[in-house]
Amino acid sequence: MARPPLVGVLALQGDFAAHEAILAALGATASEVRTPADLAGVDALVIPGGESTTMTLGVEREGLAGPIRALAAEKPVLGTCAGLIMLDQKHLGVLDVVAERNAFGRQVRSFEADLDVHGVNGPVRAVFIRAPWVASYGPDVEVLAEVDGHPVAVRQGRVLAVAFHPELTGDTRIHRLLLDA
Amino acid sequence: MRDEATFRVKAGLAEMLKGGVIMDVVTPEQAKIAEAAGACAVMALERVPADIRRDGGVARMSDPAMIEGIKEAVTIPVMAKARIGHFAEAQVLQALEVDYIDESEVLTPADEVNHVDKWAFEVPFVCGATNLGEALRRIGEGAAMIRSKGEAGTGDIVEAVRHMRMITGQIRRLAALDDTELAAAAKEHQAPLDLVRQVAEAGRLPVVLFCAGGIATPADAALMMQLGAEGVFVGSGIFKSEDPERRAAAVVEATTHYADPARVAAASRGLGTAMTSLESSKLGEGQQLAGRGW
Repeated sequence: MARPPLVGVLALQGDFAAHEAILAALGATASEVRTPADLAGVDALVIPGGESTTMTLGVEREGLAGPIRALAAEKPVLGTCAGLIMLDQKHLGVLDVVAERNAFGRQVRSFEADLDVHGVNGPVRAVFIRAPWVASYGPDVEVLAEVDGHPVAVRQGRVLAVAFHPELTGDTRIHRLLLDA
Repeated sequence: MRDEATFRVKAGLAEMLKGGVIMDVVTPEQAKIAEAAGACAVMALERVPADIRRDGGVARMSDPAMIEGIKEAVTIPVMAKARIGHFAEAQVLQALEVDYIDESEVLTPADEVNHVDKWAFEVPFVCGATNLGEALRRIGEGAAMIRSKGEAGTGDIVEAVRHMRMITGQIRRLAALDDTELAAAAKEHQAPLDLVRQVAEAGRLPVVLFCAGGIATPADAALMMQLGAEGVFVGSGIFKSEDPERRAAAVVEATTHYADPARVAAASRGLGTAMTSLESSKLGEGQQLAGRGW
């Protein structure tokens, strides 16, 4: 049997532990990434939910931007919420999208809803917390789900990003897309 | 169908704050400094705990104009404090659309018997606790995040350590009990049985656990994270120190790299003097804030 995939989870700040639990449930090995050295040997990368400002400063401090871009050129990447923001053109520039932060409003506007996601059978219980949406995107980006006409799940090649938090509901299907990418 | 203000949505924001540092700020300028240093949220208040201690008198919710100014200054979540049991202050904070309300012993309690019924609110609450029973009573009232109380405004970590060790130790002991022993344990902790069952099964609180009260240095943050805190509140420790910008960034770095002593050492270098501190064991009767609430 082949060894289980080794998935790096960016662990500068945010709900990285919740992602690790989902990955473990899928039989993958999760490893926390805080420095460029932690990226050695990973087969895929998750950028978790959290505060994108804090993560951006952490990525700068650790010199992680170049190594993450290099990894994303070759391997699957999943970003959730702040992770979607981190992947956009104003941050790491991995995805050809521009995210709008806190697009749904402050915490009192946070919500959950059943969402149809292209490529996933049956609705996904999607938890949106001070969530972004995709304000604009390039021709190579496929929109997988929308709320109020705004893209909240996108895919470009092997890079996936969602504005909600599949890691908070125990649903493994979005992470399965990453492992199959 | 969109469901707002579910417990998952309330507790979920605390999940997003994990591994981060929440800093007390009293002006929009301080809020910007905190954000630029990597804070994952700010706590908007009129006076930091060290000044509340010094000035004495009744400490209340902050002026809405100040809270609004801070909300406009930053894009990270903004929390604000209401007095224990003062549900009208909490209603005001909800009307101001702060992202989290801290029902806080740092302010003068408004009700010596009842805490706020936090289920009645859409905005999530964080509450302080000194032990597991207290944490579970707050969660039973609807709190979506727990922090240690520590002893705010002292720069002395000893009470935060006591509270964190108490909570995590009590969780470990609960997890070792037989199912039939849980009802007696719930009685002993004066906590709801269903929450006691959940904790015994999961081996952790059902919500995120941060530390607060007395954190003054990067090593303090690393200590609390190694003791089981999932993130850190820093009150007076940042803006009462000699070089707030550097100290704030250093505490953020140490919170991320808490398990790597070389990184904590690097972050601790040359920060100037820490806040003026008070030994909490030398505080007089009535000066200890952690005893407020039950």
